[in-house]
Amino acid sequence: MTELRIMRGREWSRPVRPARREVLSAVPEVEEGRPPLLFVPGFGHGAWAFAEHWLGHAASRGFPAYALSLRGHGGSEPAPEATLRAYAHDVVQVAAGLPRQAVLVGHGAGALVVAHALARYPARGAVLVAPVFGGWGMLSTAVRRNPAGTLPAVFGGPLRLSRAQLFSRELPDEEARRYVARLGRAGRRAQWALLGEPEAEPAVGAPPVLVLGSPDDRVVPASTLTRIARRYGSAPLLFPGMGHDLMLDARWAEPIDAILDWLEKEPAAR
Amino acid sequence: MSTSTDHGRPDPDATPSAQSPEGRPLSDRGDTVCVIGAGASGLTAIKNLREHGFGVDCYERETGVGGAWNWRHDRSPVYASTHLLSSKPFTQFPDFPMPDSWPDYPHHSQLLAYFERYADHFDLRSHVWFGTEVIRVEPAEGDRWDVTTRSTGGYGPERTSRYAAVVIANGHNWSPKLPRYEGLEEFRGEIMHASSYKDPAQLRGKRVLVVGAGNTGCDIAVEAAQQASRCWHSTRRGYWYAPKYVLGRPADQVNDALLALRVPLRVRQWLYHWTLRLTVGDLTRFGLPKPDHRVYETHPIANSQLVYYVGHGGIGPVPDLARFRPYAVELADGREIDPDLVIFATGYLPRFEFLDASVFGDSAGTGRPTLWLNAFTPGHPTLAVAGLVQPDSGMFTLAHWQTVLFARLLQARRDRPERAAAFAQRVRDRAGERYSGQVKDSSRHWFEVGHADYLRAVQRALHDLEAK
Ligand SMILES: Cc1cc2nc3c(=O)[nH]c(=O)nc-3n(C[C@H](O)[C@H](O)[C@H](O)COP(=O)(O)OP(=O)(O)OC[C@H]3O[C@@H](n4cnc5c(N)ncnc54)[C@H](O)[C@@H]3O)c2cc1C
Ligand SMILES: NC(=O)c1ccc[n+]([C@@H]2O[C@H](COP(=O)([O-])OP(=O)(O)OC[C@H]3O[C@@H](n4cnc5c(N)ncnc54)[C@H](OP(=O)(O)O)[C@@H]3O)[C@@H](O)[C@H]2O)c1
Repeated sequence: MTELRIMRGREWSRPVRPARREVLSAVPEVEEGRPPLLFVPGFGHGAWAFAEHWLGHAASRGFPAYALSLRGHGGSEPAPEATLRAYAHDVVQVAAGLPRQAVLVGHGAGALVVAHALARYPARGAVLVAPVFGGWGMLSTAVRRNPAGTLPAVFGGPLRLSRAQLFSRELPDEEARRYVARLGRAGRRAQWALLGEPEAEPAVGAPPVLVLGSPDDRVVPASTLTRIARRYGSAPLLFPGMGHDLMLDARWAEPIDAILDWLEKEPAAR
Repeated sequence: MSTSTDHGRPDPDATPSAQSPEGRPLSDRGDTVCVIGAGASGLTAIKNLREHGFGVDCYERETGVGGAWNWRHDRSPVYASTHLLSSKPFTQFPDFPMPDSWPDYPHHSQLLAYFERYADHFDLRSHVWFGTEVIRVEPAEGDRWDVTTRSTGGYGPERTSRYAAVVIANGHNWSPKLPRYEGLEEFRGEIMHASSYKDPAQLRGKRVLVVGAGNTGCDIAVEAAQQASRCWHSTRRGYWYAPKYVLGRPADQVNDALLALRVPLRVRQWLYHWTLRLTVGDLTRFGLPKPDHRVYETHPIANSQLVYYVGHGGIGPVPDLARFRPYAVELADGREIDPDLVIFATGYLPRFEFLDASVFGDSAGTGRPTLWLNAFTPGHPTLAVAGLVQPDSGMFTLAHWQTVLFARLLQARRDRPERAAAFAQRVRDRAGERYSGQVKDSSRHWFEVGHADYLRAVQRALHDLEAK
């Protein structure tokens, strides 16, 4: 990882432009003193992807749960020129606005955004769900699996993920179609950033990090999960038989329960 | 654990386990670190020490957090109109941004809200003992410290606890610096230091003389121009009055764009002079003295309105004061003016009344500590001062990194003693180092630092401490 950087001349002299952000939430009826969770959707997804199941489920287990839409996604302000730095800024802004120190949960490229946000906000913990950290290896996998959806993105067009990449067969077709129809797109500068596998500065505050995913994910190969988990000093938790969108797929309850169990056990995250 | 009405000492199992040399009972707080003050610097010290695994007891003489920015505090120097001088990106803590919805230059009430949110977000209040004043800090054996406290105002018994380390974060903008003049005692008008100035109503209808052109003096002169029946502004030299916005952006952001490109100081000074010439123009035509120094050689003034009111006749620039008479003030050029209220905006001096001056290498008693990185004391590896800086920018980022560095130093003392020893040697070798270009000799510049030079030095210190 790169070094801790104190001098941030560019960030100071060119602050990220504010943008209106959508934040959805589900909070437990009784405050139990658990840390708030902030879910960060991947490129193309909005806060809605977590509002379907995970927010309510986390709240029912006593965790105040929030999800944001990165600028240009879901109900947030349009932002065709958004950069990865602007996305990380959105996450840090929402996290710092929560009443207590939050756990950041990023999915897909949202996990990369979380990795960058961790260098600017001392999260209580972080969870990287099916993390997309970019790089050429990932691109070639995506091109092989879904050339028509991936190639245009290389030239600044939208990245279109297919049903087969995102969900298992267990998910009813009609539901899958509904989700795919809701997908938007990330800014092209942010999409391009993925090609370079932009490395994050070290996390501040040394939060514990959990990596999880599915060995049958058609976007993120199991080897990538292992590599990213190793970077954070652990091994990935695996949920065989699920697609890339673990929060929407048929067996969505298993991964979120595993995350909440981990948080309950992890002393640093309490 | 504690509430704002709790007084006293934090040890639940308060078994006096040792005795101080004078035989007072002493409770040993083990590896806990003591933080003095819960202003911005103290709060970030608590947070960063906790984040690095240390227990913390913080003592705060007031009943709330925020220090100078809490206008309810009797020593708060802020007045109703105080806004930030540095724009948001330079002012906020580097890991807890101010909300996007706030303006470029937030108001002091927003700053207080920000520190309260910071304290709640990171659960810092439970480590603070409010209404408790530190009255003595004495070195003990093994590089530890005996800290004696009592309830603010001197009530209740004194208590002494022994700590592994101490962070002094008592602020340096609360003890007024007052100049002396011949005849001041006989003056029949009203006199106050700027620290007692709170509200423009205090000026309404009066003939006001403001002394000093730091940022406080300039702000008050502008308010006097709006509220008073007459306003004179006395300065003993000429200054560079810089606007808060240049080229359509906060001025500090434009300046840092140049710093990021490592444009040399001389070139930046030239660009700055040139920008001021284009915007503010030549001020000597209003009777303001010509600056006796280059830009950046006095603490920067950021005030877009002062020149405006001078230009509209609302502020009358006058030179230094010579002496006071019962109903008049004589100026250095021999003129006399007749104010009925004189406000000394002449700044502040640091005070560490709980510490023997020799600890800071100030046996002469000048009040000026000799430290490395404005924070570390030769011969006292477990003592740090946080916030004893006056940057050309916001200071909270600096206090944040000072306390991160101190927390990592304490970790190194435990895990890599040879690194900590090398650090201690650097403190001895480099105490007194400056982190700014040349500045005018004045006690107001004792702690002046250029934020870029200073943060680069802290970054180097961190890397030297931790390099593989
Ligand atoms: C009018 C004005 C405007 C300013 N504007 C800016 C600005 O725009 N940007 C900027 O960065 N800085 C500004 N400053 C500088 C200001 O000093 C800092 O912003 C900041 O308040 C310093 O924080 P601190 O925690 O170091 O000190 P303080 O805020 O002074 O806090 C010190 C705390 O320690 C407590 N304390 C002191 N002694 C004891 C003791 N013996 N025992 C227990 N508790 C004790 C005090 O009660 C206080 O709460 C301004 C200063 C003034 C005067
Ligand atoms: N955010 C804000 O809006 C804001 C507002 C006010 C202050 N501040 C900050 O608070 C700190 C303190 O500022 P300050 O303005 O109160 O004090 P300051 O910066 O120390 O300025 C003191 C002024 O008084 C003059 N002075 C001092 N002693 C004098 C004497 N004996 N005779 C004549 N003149 C004398 C100084 O002149 P010399 O230059 O000749 O020494 C200077 O002009 C600074 O860091 C400042 O930036 C911020």
